Amino acid sequence: MSDQGPHLPAPSLWPIGFAAGIACILIGLVISVLVAVVGFGIALVFGFLWLRDVTRPVRTPAPEVEPESRPSRATEATAPAEGDAMPVMSEEEIATYPRSTFISIATLGLGGVIGGIITVPVLGFAVLPSFTNQHEPNVELGPIEDFPEGDFVIATFLEDPKIGEVSRRTMFIRNNGQLEGQPSFTVLYSRCAHLGCPVQPNGPVFDDEKKTIGDHVELTPTKPAGFGCPCHGGQYDTEGNRTAGPPVRALDRAEFSIRNGKLVIGSFYSVAKVEGTGERARIQKYGRMPPGVHVDGPEAWLYPLEVPR
Amino acid sequence: MSPQAKSARRAQLEAAALYPLEWLEERSGLVGGVKYFLFRKVPRDTGWFHTLGSATLTAFLVQAITGVILAMYYKPDPNSAYESIQHITNDLTLGWLVRGMHRWGASVFIILMFFHMARVFLFGAYKYPRELNWIIGVLLLAMGMLEGFTGYLLPWDQTAYWATVVGINLNGTAPIIGPFLAQFLAGGTEIGADTLSKFYALHMLAIPGAIFALIGLHLYLVIRLGVTSPPWSPDAAGRERPEAAAPTNGREGLVRPGRRGGSE
Repeated sequence: MSDQGPHLPAPSLWPIGFAAGIACILIGLVISVLVAVVGFGIALVFGFLWLRDVTRPVRTPAPEVEPESRPSRATEATAPAEGDAMPVMSEEEIATYPRSTFISIATLGLGGVIGGIITVPVLGFAVLPSFTNQHEPNVELGPIEDFPEGDFVIATFLEDPKIGEVSRRTMFIRNNGQLEGQPSFTVLYSRCAHLGCPVQPNGPVFDDEKKTIGDHVELTPTKPAGFGCPCHGGQYDTEGNRTAGPPVRALDRAEFSIRNGKLVIGSFYSVAKVEGTGERARIQKYGRMPPGVHVDGPEAWLYPLEVPR
Repeated sequence: MSPQAKSARRAQLEAAALYPLEWLEERSGLVGGVKYFLFRKVPRDTGWFHTLGSATLTAFLVQAITGVILAMYYKPDPNSAYESIQHITNDLTLGWLVRGMHRWGASVFIILMFFHMARVFLFGAYKYPRELNWIIGVLLLAMGMLEGFTGYLLPWDQTAYWATVVGINLNGTAPIIGPFLAQFLAGGTEIGADTLSKFYALHMLAIPGAIFALIGLHLYLVIRLGVTSPPWSPDAAGRERPEAAAPTNGREGLVRPGRRGGSE
């Protein structure tokens, strides 16, 4: 056992870097001079380090190094005087960096890396689809003539016919006539600004005049004095402003456009308050927020981040 | 036949009967473990109040088993979920019973959790050294509530749908992260194609898994720390105990479980 002196030269990792540099040079000769130059640099640096390592015993006298081995506790405690060949190490030497520590750290590190590689994309798939590729509605509701001027129509439609009835939305739409030559519509979303229940028109609904357009759009005339929510009693006027109850803002609205004489529903947006009525309404418009969330005033400071979609 | 022969034969029979258990014990220690779990020492004046925890566990196991059976017939798809529930309730033999057990058992589970928590609170059983078990119990309560929330959507009727809309939007009002939480739960800006299957996966895989793990920790701590005496007990913690030579290594006042295999 005593003949196990230190290796000369000591094991070194520098040749690996040197070899990688040479490989880069060879690859660079085929694909790009730049790679060859980088490889030359790597080979130079690692070659120098290797040489320095190899020549160290020549430049400096080799230190006396005990072979790396640990005494068993039993040997140390009970039979130190038996003349055992096992060298007894001092406390200082035991405190060096033993192989088992290296293996523990390497196992933990490798395990962490493997775990991360597996976990990160899986967690991403669990969370990200809810926040990406949220399509904007773009639904044709029918000819403008089906929306009599000054009256509300309850329009229900599928926001995404591919996913079916679960995407059915209800809007209250009033034709405000013309404003400076442009058609004007009030498009209120039926989702209550309190906690999202469906608000209903406070007034007669003319079910016998219901029109079905296409395969999923239904238009029903109504004459509401306002809108009310069945769940917790929120009340709104015909501009969607809150008049009573728990809602924190006005009803959401949707953009609209006219395409080939047909009314098309665009993206939804949230509204703090509406001043004025009909085509003269001035709307404080915000990005779409969930119900129950303030969009203006000090309470809106609680929601500083916009949800990506 | 002499008595000796009879008892020798009896011993032989007993050995034969016990052989499988001994085989198992020698290779796994499971028999001793089960004995240790079932025959540990408890204070002499424990009573019916102390059964509330086991009752809650039983209610959860009923939910787990009936839930697995219901999952064999339920379809978590927006276009067929409601019909599959109708099918379970009206067409399948005993479907009404198992669905009813799961539906009413859910309420029983929650109610028993609260009774159990009240017992622990009123008996002061949450105090040192059992604080950690109280915390685990609170996590279990939260998980149970989440089971209720996610399970309520699954019948996919009007009550389920709008209650979940309101529940998701309640989450949406939490400061800063609320809107993100709501959109995560709904799987989009509103309840959509994937919301139902997401709630189903949470309801029958993720949350029950967490509950099983937490129950394991909960029971481990119950066994390690023992059961508390009622507050009116003469053996209550802190009083002078008959055996004055009890160990004083910081676990004084605890009712400590006996050695492996029970009776000390």
